[in-house]
Amino acid sequence: MFKRKLPLVLTFVGGVVMIMWFFIPRSNQPAQIFFTELTTRWMPIIGAFFLLIGLASLLKLHYAKIAHQREGWGYSVITFAGIAFMCIVGFGWGAKGVPLAKAYESVFIPLDSTMFSILAFYMASAAFRAFRARTIVATILLVTAFIVMLGRVSFGTSIWDGLPSFTEWIMTVPNMAQKRGILLGICLGMLATSLKIIFGIERSYLGSKE
Amino acid sequence: MPAMIYRLVNALLTQSHPFLATFQFSDWYEVNKTNVLIFVVIFSALILFFIYHAKKGKEFFVRRIAGLEAVEEAVGRATEMGKPILYVPGLSTLDDVATIAAINILGKVAEKTAESDTKLIVPCRDPLVMTIQQEVVKNAYINKGRPDAFKQDNIFFITDSQFGYVAAVDGLMVREKPATNFYMGMFWAESLLLAETGASTGAIQIAGTDAVAQLPFFFVACDYTLIGEELYAASAYLSREPLLLGSLKGQDYSKFLLMILIVIGVICATLNATMQTDMFCWFINLFNL
Repeated sequence: MFKRKLPLVLTFVGGVVMIMWFFIPRSNQPAQIFFTELTTRWMPIIGAFFLLIGLASLLKLHYAKIAHQREGWGYSVITFAGIAFMCIVGFGWGAKGVPLAKAYESVFIPLDSTMFSILAFYMASAAFRAFRARTIVATILLVTAFIVMLGRVSFGTSIWDGLPSFTEWIMTVPNMAQKRGILLGICLGMLATSLKIIFGIERSYLGSKE
Repeated sequence: MPAMIYRLVNALLTQSHPFLATFQFSDWYEVNKTNVLIFVVIFSALILFFIYHAKKGKEFFVRRIAGLEAVEEAVGRATEMGKPILYVPGLSTLDDVATIAAINILGKVAEKTAESDTKLIVPCRDPLVMTIQQEVVKNAYINKGRPDAFKQDNIFFITDSQFGYVAAVDGLMVREKPATNFYMGMFWAESLLLAETGASTGAIQIAGTDAVAQLPFFFVACDYTLIGEELYAASAYLSREPLLLGSLKGQDYSKFLLMILIVIGVICATLNATMQTDMFCWFINLFNL
């Protein structure tokens, strides 16, 4: 009983406090500092503990893969090696040490950038699929995208002077109108979800009823 | 009107008690945000009103949402093929309402996978989200009388690095070849990387996000996409719980009210422009912050 009630009470109080905070003027520095500390201080503390839980989950998963030699277990060995290497350079030379920074700059950042750059190829394949003029809607999308792309390059201006401003109109009027329509729906959805959580109507995030 | 209320409350508070003489109402309440307060109260009242009626037993009609109707079909397909279901709960933390919506949907999906004994894989970017999801899925399996089928290790943490996470999930898709992929919650640049890889493996894909910039990517790469608010409606839609459906109805009426206000605003702005007057500015200013 207490296990279920306490989180609900905490959620209600937390929700009400956050709403109150929104209406307190920025000029009231003591109150702003109080609420900022109240809401942000505990986060890094909990975060540190949860990072350990996350790491334990990761290690457990990959250990099981190696132990049972499941498909792709070699990647798990690399994961273990990576974690061990970063721990050695991190603990050995400190968080601000050169080896950790080098490992970050020479391994992590290039890998990250590589993954991001693949996006360009995926965009091309997704655009190819989206622009196949099979239906009226897809045809409108194709024509609009063509106009917008043309209006954004200098070649477009050489065809027609008014193309950049027409492109701008497409982006700021019809495109913006549908975006705002979706955003209004999202805001109401957020409001409704928040209310359901604050008042304890939506409880599935609490997990087990045991 | 808001300024008058503010002056009245301030006067009452400062004159009624010596202690309150030092209390400045303006220090604790941003009067410029009164319009926000009024609209929040109106919309909240509408939502709570319909929740109250749902509690009393009133039944509400909810329009069909194709993406959510497909959930059953998607789970069934995975069961028939004997392949797992991949559920990506977005890349954001619990601060995001979209993540909470994704967790709520996961609970409903997990109930269906528990019924059909289908493997459910949930890779996580945030350890806190992972812990909650383990609990939610466990609860779903217990509710369906299948606690033995619940495998905690299928809900696991990968990394908090955005593209590191994508690399791992893409690898998972290629190796495990899930029959169904769910992408629910908050996504950034990784949306297309995930959805395109999923499409290339032949999986049926259902996405839902409130990130407007990512919606086009999901549209082109997924079979079904929940647009913005549909993500928040999913939990109510799938569970069919009257209380949750009541809140959906409240949202619909709030939207209707907003549409009326927008039409009035357009008329006022047009009249201001055509008549060269600022007679109707007061209505437009109601919405200024």
